[in-house]
Amino acid sequence: MRERDGGSVTITNLSSKAVKAFLDYAYTGETQITDDNVEMFFQLSSFLQWLWGLALLGSTWAALTTGALGLELPSPCREVLWPLPAYLLVSAGYYALGTVGYCVATFHDCEDAARELQSQVQEACADLARRGMRF
Amino acid sequence: MASEEASGSLRRSRREPEGRAPRQDKYSVLLPTYNERENLPLIVWLLVKSFSESGINYEIIIIDDGSPDGTRDVAEQLEKIYGSDKILLRPREKKLGLGTAYIHGMKHATGNYVIIMDADLSHHPKFIPEFIRKQKEGNFDIVSGTRYKGNGGVYGWDLKRKIISRGANFLTQILLRPGASDLTGSFRLYRKEVLQKLIEKCVSKGYVFQMEMIVRARQLNYTIGEVPISFVDRVYGESKLGGNEIVSFLKGLLTLFATT
Repeated sequence: MRERDGGSVTITNLSSKAVKAFLDYAYTGETQITDDNVEMFFQLSSFLQWLWGLALLGSTWAALTTGALGLELPSPCREVLWPLPAYLLVSAGYYALGTVGYCVATFHDCEDAARELQSQVQEACADLARRGMRF
Repeated sequence: MASEEASGSLRRSRREPEGRAPRQDKYSVLLPTYNERENLPLIVWLLVKSFSESGINYEIIIIDDGSPDGTRDVAEQLEKIYGSDKILLRPREKKLGLGTAYIHGMKHATGNYVIIMDADLSHHPKFIPEFIRKQKEGNFDIVSGTRYKGNGGVYGWDLKRKIISRGANFLTQILLRPGASDLTGSFRLYRKEVLQKLIEKCVSKGYVFQMEMIVRARQLNYTIGEVPISFVDRVYGESKLGGNEIVSFLKGLLTLFATT
């Protein structure tokens, strides 16, 4: 992998000040949050949550499937583990379709609201005309 | 003599204990308009009706962006009918965008709560007393109308529009985890200082602006309550949701995901 051989990792789109402040906190338990940098913290922590989650899952999967940790799993386990990401992706797709489909099916149609609005519009026009409104 | 009166009134105000007869809440409705000559009288009539029937102290601030169809003339007539203490006209020369319209409107708002909504009758003022009730119930900083929960819903959308709407909302919920079910809706009640703070921080435009406000509100730990509303779309027939709008929504969503 490029990073493993390169000896360094470059992360773009992040302020070095924010990363420094974050590392200060990680290593010393203290950091300064001011009005200026609070947004950087939000952005950074949000980004890092996703990165951390993906990295954890990805590295666990890679370690288990390649036997890198010296953990020899029985081969039925390995056979299931190997296509797991693809399987999860497809399941996520089905979940998305299912959820959206359900939400569309149960999307409430407000016919009575439309009718009520119609009659109120007529009432409004009449009342306003009485009060001197020239449409 | 003068100093006695002054100290007398000072003593009176100091004597008044906290919580007894609080300063009355006032609700300012911000109505940015552009070419709403037909709808403006109707929405104002409905607003006045809802507020008067519930005995709520209110004002309506109409921010017209130089509409060529005579919206301003209609607004002036409404001011004469209902009084300039209730209808405030604060127009601008040309179409300048929603965020700046809110800022402009808020400068003239004397209420301590601000309600934003659409002027094209898709949002019905009858929900405003419910927003107010909900806000008091939970002491929320923001109350947002939702079309996706409870008995909230929509009228006038075909299947394609519903799918796009729900699909977009699903994506938004996954990427932004906002803690509110309807992010692109723009029928909301804010505490005035909360709205001011959020507008300062938001940089997006259009739909995405409304989404960004909620996301930033969550970040800043403001509390958000929700009230189901019905959205009656009478304009949909004229303005179909095109590919362009979808693309710009996705771009906006990804920008928000990356930057908040």
